[in-house]
Amino acid sequence: MIRTFSFLDVVFIVSALRFTLALAGIAFCGGALLGAIVLVLRVLPLAPLNWLAAGYIGLLQGTPLLGQLFLFYFGLSIVGLNVSAWFAATLALSFYASAFLAEIWRGCVQSVPRTQWEASAALGLTFLQQLRWVVVPQALRLSIPPTVGFGVQVVKNTSLASAIGFVELMRAGQIVNNITFSPLCAYLTAAACYWAICFSMSRLSQRLERRLHVAH
Amino acid sequence: MTSGARIVTRVTLSRQDDTGVAGRVVNYSFQFGALAPYGDLIVEGAFQTLRLSAITMAVGLAIGLAGALARTSRVALARWAATAYVEIIRNTPLLVQLFVVFFGLPSLGVKLGAGAAALVALSVNLGAYATEIIRAGIDSVHKSQVEAGLSLGLTNLQVFRHIVLYQASKAVYPALASQFILLMLATSIASQIGADELFHAGAYVDSRTFRSFEVYAVITAVYLILALIFRALFGALHAVAFGPLSRRRR
Amino acid sequence: MSLIELHDVRKNFGPLEVLRGVSLCIHEGEIVAVIGPSGSGKSTMLRCLNGLEKIQGGRIVVDGTVVSAPGADLIGLRQRVGIVFQSLNLFPHLTVERNVTLALTVAKKMHAAAAGEIAREVLGRVGLGDKLLAYPDELSGGQQQRVAIARSLAMRPKVMLLDEITSALDPELVGEVLRVLEQLASDGMTMLLVTHEIGFARNVANRIVFMHEGRLWEEGPARDTLTAPRTRELQSFLSAVLH
Repeated sequence: MIRTFSFLDVVFIVSALRFTLALAGIAFCGGALLGAIVLVLRVLPLAPLNWLAAGYIGLLQGTPLLGQLFLFYFGLSIVGLNVSAWFAATLALSFYASAFLAEIWRGCVQSVPRTQWEASAALGLTFLQQLRWVVVPQALRLSIPPTVGFGVQVVKNTSLASAIGFVELMRAGQIVNNITFSPLCAYLTAAACYWAICFSMSRLSQRLERRLHVAH
Repeated sequence: MTSGARIVTRVTLSRQDDTGVAGRVVNYSFQFGALAPYGDLIVEGAFQTLRLSAITMAVGLAIGLAGALARTSRVALARWAATAYVEIIRNTPLLVQLFVVFFGLPSLGVKLGAGAAALVALSVNLGAYATEIIRAGIDSVHKSQVEAGLSLGLTNLQVFRHIVLYQASKAVYPALASQFILLMLATSIASQIGADELFHAGAYVDSRTFRSFEVYAVITAVYLILALIFRALFGALHAVAFGPLSRRRR
Repeated sequence: MSLIELHDVRKNFGPLEVLRGVSLCIHEGEIVAVIGPSGSGKSTMLRCLNGLEKIQGGRIVVDGTVVSAPGADLIGLRQRVGIVFQSLNLFPHLTVERNVTLALTVAKKMHAAAAGEIAREVLGRVGLGDKLLAYPDELSGGQQQRVAIARSLAMRPKVMLLDEITSALDPELVGEVLRVLEQLASDGMTMLLVTHEIGFARNVANRIVFMHEGRLWEEGPARDTLTAPRTRELQSFLSAVLH
């Protein structure tokens, strides 16, 4: 049954936004937790752990997310788990995010000037104390813009979950297109929703950046 | 329309025993051999991906240069248009852009084949990122360098060509190289509209062998190899153009 | 014959008034040192002379060209006016020789061979004849500044503008640069220098100009003005600088 694109379709697409945000939010949190662990492995002064972490990061950054998504989707079913697209997408996106976040944060820790380490060491602080009181607070401040920037990437990447059948913004657009045969309306509506979220996040990041600079 | 429609899929395999997770993994024999007859297709897919990537990089870079110049132009309209372009492309997913180009444009009279649509969408996408990267690179060249050049009686264009260009290129190279590798990986998304490239080749092999995991494992591994090759090539290029090897003493 | 004329020059950066009516005349062959506290507008004044900064009031004439006029041929002017900045003068991706010949070949359209000859000559004058193929990051700060001076000299300027060229140098490297300036002075080059080197100003400059809060506060023959300052501001500036 074909009907013309109407306001109801807009509502349908926009209401799918919550699934996009849910997936993005959970994947980002999962990625952040995992990423923190990977980061520690990457910077700890133990070579084998560094290599392990570096290999993990290299693998996830050197392969397409779509491929990782499909591998999780089909791989999980091999172990007989009840695979919902939702579950596979969440896992895949979390692992993907963890690798990128670990690299971003490593860059931030490394950009804290060497002299900060030396000055705090000269004051008699241990490695962990230096990290906790001097280096990490500064690295944290530096990390906010790129981390929020990556958050925007995560939101956009949720669109790929449509390829394994998860109904989020992109899939909702496809569904509406199949009914109304108005691809421009359907996909531009979905695009507008993505744009609204991502643009706001970018602006927020800029404002945060400015405020943090002013405070210090 | 049921809201929150989650498609629950149970993929059952013909030889699955109910003996627990470990048993199931062991029982599932990974049949990579089944993919052998399709080796040619996969290799061809890889070359298609490389070709698509190469053309997209060239076009995307050109768009990026134009965009960067527009962003820093004195003409307000150019600045505004370039900024709008960047903000729209960077805040929407590539998949949506691809679908708008492939499915949406025909209703405006522009019918593109899958390959052409992929090229257009990917180039336009890359162009937005390249614009920002190049603009940042140009800005990073210290004002004193430009002033020193101008003070010697060089025109703006001469200053750009002889003084700014090299230093800006050196500054943008790492970010641009990373973006190019990301692009190469992102060409996989073109599979969703059936464009000829590696991931789509994988989907075809999957439809023939039903060994989904194996197929996508191999495909993903090929992407990894391509990414590593790209990284090595970009590294070598950097050494020749900007590293110690670049110092010619005439 | 005045080479540089400033008539009641005014300049602001937004709401901030940096130059509040500066009038000055520099004659051919003169060596004028400009001294004063930070923010007094010394560097800005220098940068207005070759059109790097636009003025909002008054008139500037350099070597016959009205710099402040809308259609002024700044490119032609800049080929006759040499300027050296405090730092980041040299182009890091070019050899010393190429740094010097760049403007000769690109702006003055000289042949590479002729440009190379001139480069060798000016680099010899500043004592760096053996560094033609070096890159800037292989040179010390003092050497870099000397190359910058040579690069300006290669264009055969009528006047040299020097903006605190030794301020960013390690103390032991300052001397070699000042010696080059002394040589230039005795060769008859017209020079306008913004400097903190009071000793150099006293010995080498003909005239001293003291700037304060965007105005020319005191002016006179170098030795006399420095030993017997007339205004309170110059007195306190000198006592602060010559501690």
